[in-house]
Amino acid sequence: MAMGKGELLMWTYNKTLQYPINIKCPDPKLAKVIISQYGGPDGELAASLRYLSQRFGMPDQVSKAVLNDIGTEELAHLEMVGTIVHQLTDGASIEEIEKAGLAPYYTDHGVDVYPVSAAGVPFTASYIAAKGDPIANLQEDLAAEQKARATYEKLIDLCRDNPDVLDPLRYLRQREVVHFQRFGEALRGVQDKLAEKKFYINNMNYNNR
Amino acid sequence: MSVEENRNCKCECEQDNKVNCDLRREMIQEIRCLEFAITELALYLDTHSEDEKALCLHRKYCKKLKELKDKYQKVYGPLTINFPCNKWRWIEMPWPWERGNY
Repeated sequence: MAMGKGELLMWTYNKTLQYPINIKCPDPKLAKVIISQYGGPDGELAASLRYLSQRFGMPDQVSKAVLNDIGTEELAHLEMVGTIVHQLTDGASIEEIEKAGLAPYYTDHGVDVYPVSAAGVPFTASYIAAKGDPIANLQEDLAAEQKARATYEKLIDLCRDNPDVLDPLRYLRQREVVHFQRFGEALRGVQDKLAEKKFYINNMNYNNR
Repeated sequence: MSVEENRNCKCECEQDNKVNCDLRREMIQEIRCLEFAITELALYLDTHSEDEKALCLHRKYCKKLKELKDKYQKVYGPLTINFPCNKWRWIEMPWPWERGNY
């Protein structure tokens, strides 16, 4: 984020969502599936940690920047998904919670937003990959963006009757497409860089410098 | 604010003053648009750093955003912790998930 003179340059919280969310009718059933984009295998938490972990080992300035900046944007998306889940369950009655199949979740987590998949599997670091290989990592990221897009499309199908939820989901889906594009460009840059130098596939120089 | 009020309220300052509220909504929307344009341009510039037109737009939007954010924060309270205030309004305003700065 660009800042003026004298301002901090670090991760600074902005007290506003990247895209506005105002869900007028709570619907815990939708919260139960949307939470997958919070703590599921192709969710925003996994995306953010994947990119922010991979950036340390990248061989060129472009891919470091792309991973840093997309990883940062994913944190803003994590907050958006958390907000959707919160607003979909906020004010719901205990009967509505039970009917939505959220009784087990409510037992352990109450009204907190806890990173789990739609099936209730808690978040695990095995959702993220940091292979120590720039090509493998960027290919992983391209696939991750497509999987996130596909997940959002399934959620858009499931939320077809709730325009307040559809709107931010469509926005989030679109961002996956843009990120895919940028990762593709970063991958081409890395391939070019590795091609111009002598690059041995069995090179023990672990960070390919 | 009760859950019911919160659910029906489109904007936290609606009760106070309709005109003031519309102005706030308009300003925060413009801030969000500029933040988005800057984020998008920054990602683009990461892989197209030689694009002068994009760089020029980025400069223009950053300047506009700073002016608008300063103006907004003076009236409606801080958006970041690095905005100096005489009174700590950071904890008074609702959070984004509670429709604060919506």
